[in-house]
Amino acid sequence: MVALLRRSPNVRETVTLAAGAGTFLTALSLLGDVMAGIRPTFTLVEVFPGLPVQFTLEPLGMMFALIASGLWLVTSVYAIGYMRGHGEENQTRFYACFALSISAAMGVALAGNMLTLFIFYEILTLSTYPLVSHHGTPAAKKGARTYLGVLMGTSVAFLLLAVAWTWVVAGTLDFREGGILAGQAGGGTLLVLLGLYAFGTGKAALMPFHRWLPAAMVAPTPVSALLHAVAVVKAGVFTILKVVVYIFGAETLREIAGSEWLLYVAAATMLLASLVAMGQDNLKRRLAYSTVSQLAYVVLGAALANALGLIGGGLHILTHAFGKITLFFCAGAIYVAAHKTEISEMRGLGRAMPVTMTAFLIGALSVIGIPPLAGSVSKWYLLGATLDAGHIALAVALVVSTLLNVAYLVPIPIRAFFSKPEGDPAGQAGGLREAPAWCLVALSITALGCIALLFWADRVHQLLQPIAAPAAAAGG
Amino acid sequence: MIEHNLPALQVVIPLVAAPLCVVIRNARAVYGMTFVVAWLTFACAVALFIRVADSGDIVYAMGGWVAPWGIEYRVDQLSGFVLVLVAGMGAVVATWAPRGLAAEVAPSKRHLFWALYLLCLSGLLGIAITGDLFNVFVFLEISALSSYGLIALGGRRKALPAAFRYLIMGTIGATFILIGIGLMYMMTGTLNMADMATRLPVDGHRTVLVAFAFLTVGISLKAALFPLHAWLPDAYAYAPSTVSALLAATATKVSVYILLRFFLSVFGADFAFGGMGVGQILMVLAVVGMFVASAAAIFQGNLKRMLAYSSVAQIGYMVLGISLASTAGLTGGIVHLFNHGLIKGGMFMATGCILLRAGSVERDELAGIGKTMPWTMMAWTLGGLGLIGVPGTAGFVSKWYLLQAALEQGHVWLAVLLLLSSLLAVAYVWRVVEQAYFKKPAGIGVGAREAPLSMLLPTLVVIGLTLFFGFWTDFPAGAAGAAAESLLGGALMGGTS
Amino acid sequence: MSEFLGLYPYWVVIFLMMTGFYIVISRGNLIKKVIGLNIFQSSVFLLYISIGKVSGATAPITAEGFEVYGNPLPSVLILTAIVVGVATTSVALALVVRIREAYNTIEEDEIKDEIRTQGAGP
Repeated sequence: MVALLRRSPNVRETVTLAAGAGTFLTALSLLGDVMAGIRPTFTLVEVFPGLPVQFTLEPLGMMFALIASGLWLVTSVYAIGYMRGHGEENQTRFYACFALSISAAMGVALAGNMLTLFIFYEILTLSTYPLVSHHGTPAAKKGARTYLGVLMGTSVAFLLLAVAWTWVVAGTLDFREGGILAGQAGGGTLLVLLGLYAFGTGKAALMPFHRWLPAAMVAPTPVSALLHAVAVVKAGVFTILKVVVYIFGAETLREIAGSEWLLYVAAATMLLASLVAMGQDNLKRRLAYSTVSQLAYVVLGAALANALGLIGGGLHILTHAFGKITLFFCAGAIYVAAHKTEISEMRGLGRAMPVTMTAFLIGALSVIGIPPLAGSVSKWYLLGATLDAGHIALAVALVVSTLLNVAYLVPIPIRAFFSKPEGDPAGQAGGLREAPAWCLVALSITALGCIALLFWADRVHQLLQPIAAPAAAAGG
Repeated sequence: MIEHNLPALQVVIPLVAAPLCVVIRNARAVYGMTFVVAWLTFACAVALFIRVADSGDIVYAMGGWVAPWGIEYRVDQLSGFVLVLVAGMGAVVATWAPRGLAAEVAPSKRHLFWALYLLCLSGLLGIAITGDLFNVFVFLEISALSSYGLIALGGRRKALPAAFRYLIMGTIGATFILIGIGLMYMMTGTLNMADMATRLPVDGHRTVLVAFAFLTVGISLKAALFPLHAWLPDAYAYAPSTVSALLAATATKVSVYILLRFFLSVFGADFAFGGMGVGQILMVLAVVGMFVASAAAIFQGNLKRMLAYSSVAQIGYMVLGISLASTAGLTGGIVHLFNHGLIKGGMFMATGCILLRAGSVERDELAGIGKTMPWTMMAWTLGGLGLIGVPGTAGFVSKWYLLQAALEQGHVWLAVLLLLSSLLAVAYVWRVVEQAYFKKPAGIGVGAREAPLSMLLPTLVVIGLTLFFGFWTDFPAGAAGAAAESLLGGALMGGTS
Repeated sequence: MSEFLGLYPYWVVIFLMMTGFYIVISRGNLIKKVIGLNIFQSSVFLLYISIGKVSGATAPITAEGFEVYGNPLPSVLILTAIVVGVATTSVALALVVRIREAYNTIEEDEIKDEIRTQGAGP
């Protein structure tokens, strides 16, 4: 990726935008092929005998690539506004790492085998580290250290072990429909492997390895928005989905005795994180915990491993990406315009920043899953999946967590619109203006996306159908 | 003619050039000659390696005396591989050295420095190439004696006790090896390795066991295998940067090579790893070494000392691979030998650049050095990532093989320990990275300029190679795999005949 | 008893070896360490030479009427090793001289003290 060594800010930003648009268009042009069922493969280099770094396009990856590249474009627009509005330092490093991390995310999306995925997964961790510690303050460094420690720790200690083990057991790491581990090892080994994968993918923020996500909120908001609502965390759950579908095979996973624990861990994460989110006053931290909880939805879908669950999980990656990025954009916009980070300070902000707060409302409703917004579709699928699998308790957990979502998200816009600013009624609020235009454009796009996705959900379903086909055929 | 005598030339060229350095005395001319000689040696090594890969092992009878009476040079896959590493790093470090050396060694001693440098190089190459046990000892002492001198030339006061300590420990190690060789000769009546391997199965004879024990301890001392590593950190930390870079990249690696040779070519895997639990002992020592040395590295304030401790830990990885005694394990060990040679050499070179420009390698004084010396620090960081074993770097490749070997034999706990220890590497590398990049330049970090091109370029080339070999593994992993197979295969034949 | 006597060169070797080793480890004086190292090495020289001895044989010089020769090779080897030993000793002594110039002492613990109190030093 380019964007390196750019001295002049304008050139740098133009290049970023152009590269973003280019990536997105490339991804879009490949979409047709994938829809038609073609699986182009591109082998880069053979690292170990029989174990190349290679890229294969398949539906899940395609979707992730589209999300990442599309939202990168939007975020770049936003970032320009944010960074300028803020007069940040080290902008060149910022953009360069930004581009690098997105290309790593694309690598994760398009990886053709587990090794490739792992390589890009690590590159993603490393390239986002400078973004998180961007400010260089002690708080930023502490957060970044947690970030790196947890992500590197889990991935090296568990994920790499799982990958190597899979290689030794199955003799291949290719992503194959129906899984490569089927019938290759005993139930006990598979159970251990499942645990290693689930916790090794620290980016999926499954409790107790979620702490890095709130810690990473010290980053500038565009980073939080893109990376910690889209690229990084989604790379995590995406990895888990991939592992379930192509490494274990959905059917095999369902047959492993004792694999239900993953369901319960996911459900527990979902509820606990929601509860913690309610107690957070810092807007970004609240959003972060909300993300932790939402990611658990996807893991839940994957762990159910039936047709509805897999599609629902995939869809949720998409819808949550749009919803959460909108929320983060808004949080950033509020910070740039009003320099407020605590929710309790945001009374009456809706009057000064109507566009921002409206977008926030839309995003929040989508994340909660209220029809007619996009989030409702994926939640519906997941709910159906739990009932299909006969886990009434999990269905209840889903509903409860949705209610909790309402409880921690809705008060924010309500407070912003309906309660009067503190202190003197007009004076202070009058001094507030809307966020920079670049920011507004970006957050409007994503907010509209939340609505538009509802109508496209059908198309996405079509795209994702093949991954669930084996599971469906097996009577899921 | 030249082609035929390549194995001899490999060692003889630097050996002859060394005394010439002393005679010539003019520092500039001496350096010119060293430079040419070092690259010539490298060319020799590459030519030998290619010939071995094409047409099998080369056997060369020194002076026309046929083995087992004469001294025989034998180049096979493994030794060819080690030759390329040693000669290559020797040449690159020699290219890199002059600017840094100008600050560290007095002009009047510089010709002596290069003489010792060449001697050391020829000793190391000799160890790798010879097929004669006693010759190993001689070359070992040549390289060791010259490296004592090199370290002491550092000019810093602390270098002297460090060199003395190294001398004592090194001599004890070498004497142990000498005893072992003597006992082996007593039992078999030959000094030629190949010959000895065929005569060896003197079943369970006590003298052979004693010889084996002496050799193992002696070599472990030389290789700085935990817990016999005490000499290494000080020696590397206070030596001139050039010496640290050369020794870190080659000296301990060559000792690991001797270990491989003795264990697998001479004694045979069945003897070395069967029954006596040597494999298990080495494995435990390797793992403990990995953890203790990595943990020690975290608490070092001096970058060179930190790298030195990390070397001790990395040697643990190599020995671990050997102790698994499987093809994958050996491949991992040998690849790591090569990769770590490159990585550590490159990192010591980068550290040397910092020492030259900033005047210090104390971590706490290097705030913001990443801004003032971006390229150097980039090289350092990439090298550090290699030490951690991040995918895409050479370090990952070797770690992958080791992991695979551990899992193949069902040692899940070993795989877990292996990975946990690399997390310690994250800790010590990251402390430096944070200091360099995420602090405002302060103190000496402000005044430092980017290193001169003559130093920067070789550093970047070496570090670039570590990245390159992280993806393109045909050469290191392929060659190591072939070497591992031939070692195990040959050992099996030796064991059954 | 005869076995003990027959192996007596080896007992000497072991005794010398342990003595030398002990001196190296226990003495703080650098010169004494070097002396210990020398004793340690000498024991190995003896070991080699006793390997080469064949009982009842003459020196390995070809002459009429003698069939059994001692093995010359170990002696040849040990000549090399002796040279190496001399070189090691001289390097060691040279270092000791330099250390004495730099620290004004050749006692190990005093050197350590000085390094500790002086910090990094020049």
